Amino acid sequence: MIAVSVQREPFSVDAALALLEALGGGAVASFVGLVRADDGVEQLALEHYPGMTEAALRRLAEEARDRWSLAGATIIHRVGPMHPGDRIVLVATCAPHRKDALESCAYLIDRLKTDAPFWKRETRGGEQSWVEARASDEEAAEKWN
Amino acid sequence: MPLTILYFAWVRERIGAGEEEVQTPSSVRTVADLIDWLSRRGDGYRAAFEDLSRIRAAVDQQFVPFDAPIVGGGEVAFFPPVTGG
Repeated sequence: MIAVSVQREPFSVDAALALLEALGGGAVASFVGLVRADDGVEQLALEHYPGMTEAALRRLAEEARDRWSLAGATIIHRVGPMHPGDRIVLVATCAPHRKDALESCAYLIDRLKTDAPFWKRETRGGEQSWVEARASDEEAAEKWN
Repeated sequence: MPLTILYFAWVRERIGAGEEEVQTPSSVRTVADLIDWLSRRGDGYRAAFEDLSRIRAAVDQQFVPFDAPIVGGGEVAFFPPVTGG
């Protein structure tokens, strides 16, 4: 099962994991990314490239499924305005055993950071600024090659 | 040739538009040619493309290097390095 969603609305982690738990594997691993409250960030707004984003996420999920023989993979990513503590992204995988579930989950969030067309804009003290890409994210994605 | 061009994030802000249809001369064959041609259209374009190390491109929704060819009727997008997750 591959499930990919780019959406403005908040999402339920329970509902997303329940779909994976129903697949009959022995292990479900998940990662939830939150808006960090540090550095005085008041709002985080995410923009994306409609069409390309969904295709890129689906391709990543399919790669992970094939590489780790997953029963399922889910990626949910929010766009639009968010606030500190809000969930931005969920990546979850289902496999027969924990090692494949954990590894594929790490793979998906590392690759998502460099391969999916999203852009973050922060608001601090009423001032907006675009978040710069980090070299450490590139390195994290490349270690899977 | 006819092209649809999309701009995202601060590239869109500098250019002042998210999408436009353009008719390029036959000399524009690659993404790099298109950047050169667009950069001559005005200050906003020049500002958007002044540092190409901060620009990424996609042709028909696939990431491509600047020497990639472009074809008429296609969709080209320019944006900063991505920052999702």
